[in-house]
Amino acid sequence: MNPAYSVIFFTTASGAGYGLLALMGILNAGGYLPVDKWFGLTGFIISLGLITLGLLSSTFHLGHPERAWRALSQWKTSWLSREGIIAVLTYIPSILFAIGWVFFQKTTDTYMVMGLISSIGAAITVYCTSMIYASLKAIPAWTHNLVPPIYLVFSLATGGLILNAMLHVYDAPIKDISIFCLLTLALALVLKLKYWKDIDAAPRKTDLASATGLGDIGTVRVLDKPNTSENYLQQEMGFRVARKHAEKLRRIAITTFFILPTILVSVTFLVPDLALATTLIAVPAASIGIATERWLFFAEAKHVMMSYYEG
Amino acid sequence: MTDLPQSTNTKLGLVIDLDICVGCHACAVNCKEWNTSGYHAPLTDTDPYGADPTGVWFNRIHSYEVERPTGESQTVYFPKSCLHCEDAPCVTVCPTGASYKRSEDGIVLVDEDMCIGCKLCSWSCPYGAREYDAFEGVMKKCTLCIDKIYNENLPEESRQPACVSTCPANARHFGDLGDPNSDVSKMVKARGGYDLMPEQGTKPVNKYLPPRTRQMEPGDITKKSKLEDASPDGGFLGWLDKVLTD
Repeated sequence: MNPAYSVIFFTTASGAGYGLLALMGILNAGGYLPVDKWFGLTGFIISLGLITLGLLSSTFHLGHPERAWRALSQWKTSWLSREGIIAVLTYIPSILFAIGWVFFQKTTDTYMVMGLISSIGAAITVYCTSMIYASLKAIPAWTHNLVPPIYLVFSLATGGLILNAMLHVYDAPIKDISIFCLLTLALALVLKLKYWKDIDAAPRKTDLASATGLGDIGTVRVLDKPNTSENYLQQEMGFRVARKHAEKLRRIAITTFFILPTILVSVTFLVPDLALATTLIAVPAASIGIATERWLFFAEAKHVMMSYYEG
Repeated sequence: MTDLPQSTNTKLGLVIDLDICVGCHACAVNCKEWNTSGYHAPLTDTDPYGADPTGVWFNRIHSYEVERPTGESQTVYFPKSCLHCEDAPCVTVCPTGASYKRSEDGIVLVDEDMCIGCKLCSWSCPYGAREYDAFEGVMKKCTLCIDKIYNENLPEESRQPACVSTCPANARHFGDLGDPNSDVSKMVKARGGYDLMPEQGTKPVNKYLPPRTRQMEPGDITKKSKLEDASPDGGFLGWLDKVLTD
């Protein structure tokens, strides 16, 4: 599949934003976070900012962005529609939660409930995002049942890294948050390695012989393509990343989303004086890693339609 | 709503005979001709006379070579267009309701005025039947020539999809595949018509008829067969035959 930058940015940025929002809602309810005006403002600008930028970027690749509101109508069958609706609805509790925190420094009672509803909304939105891809049978790799957990864990991991950096910036570090970051990063790595291992090993169910139904007669080869230059289908769904590059990119992804952030976050335990710098650097490092991981998610996924063009 | 009709009694669709398609692309051309001024007008082309022409086409004709285990090979032309699936994934993924399947005849259509051009339907279609018009920013697809098959201004014999009307080899047939007694259904039954990618669970309405098994042995062309005696009785013709043979 063609890895469109708008969609990569959307899934990673809004994922991080929802992760941060969800953590703020839950940890606030547990009374872990400083109820400070500026801390709250920073958190909401980053989380709601990333979410909003992500959602806007996802409309950039539309042929008719001005009609985007129509996408909120088909919740009965369409995961894209469901995602849009939950994303819009989640703004309501999260803005109320933000108002209480930033303007009144109140995060209890109703505001706490708003925070928790925001967390639930964030989780459902990220789940819906993952299901847009996971529900497409025509792209077998994406139907792997680890796709939704991977989206959720990456969302929490990036949100956690941002929160951890924020806590160090506001001089209110919480050891458990650093541990949480290390655990989610490790879980993300395990899930991603399993996904890569499985999609590499998965037998190809659909090939030229089965897709044409001509395999029973003999060996099928492409003699001529239907068009002299690439058509829309080949451009949109024919993107393939060379195997050797895929392996290199996987190593880059692992290094930047797992190894580097893990080392940088561990520093907070070993050399607390450096913690502010390292937790801040961990955020861009992980962002590069997750963007690479998401790029591979698209570029490595093969569409069964391409069977008609290959072989 | 983009939920599919429970079932449709009428299932209009195509039967494509891979045995006799000659790969002339006339169906694709006539489809383009009709539809560029029809329901989805225009079917935009980009750089049509340049080095890298591309554009919206509802029919794409692939050419394959099939080599039998015995060594002989055969060319199979493979026209592909929307299969108007009963469980059409392109309809259910649509977030706006622009994609829909008609309950009266099963035709899958796009309402261009509702389409936001998110392309998700083209991702969900395992056959590559959906086309994106980059110029208009909307998705377009085969309509089964809905503006032709029901058009009462046309003589009745012309009320067929453009690809069917134009096929010089009669390799494409149009009819109701929901009616077991229709000509197309009988043809599918007699010839073992099949679904493309049944594992995708889309239940396509269009069917493909496989190439027939042929006598592939060419015979021994090295053996010289004796010509028939033109005039066994001799005479002038016998003499002429002898002269010409030698």
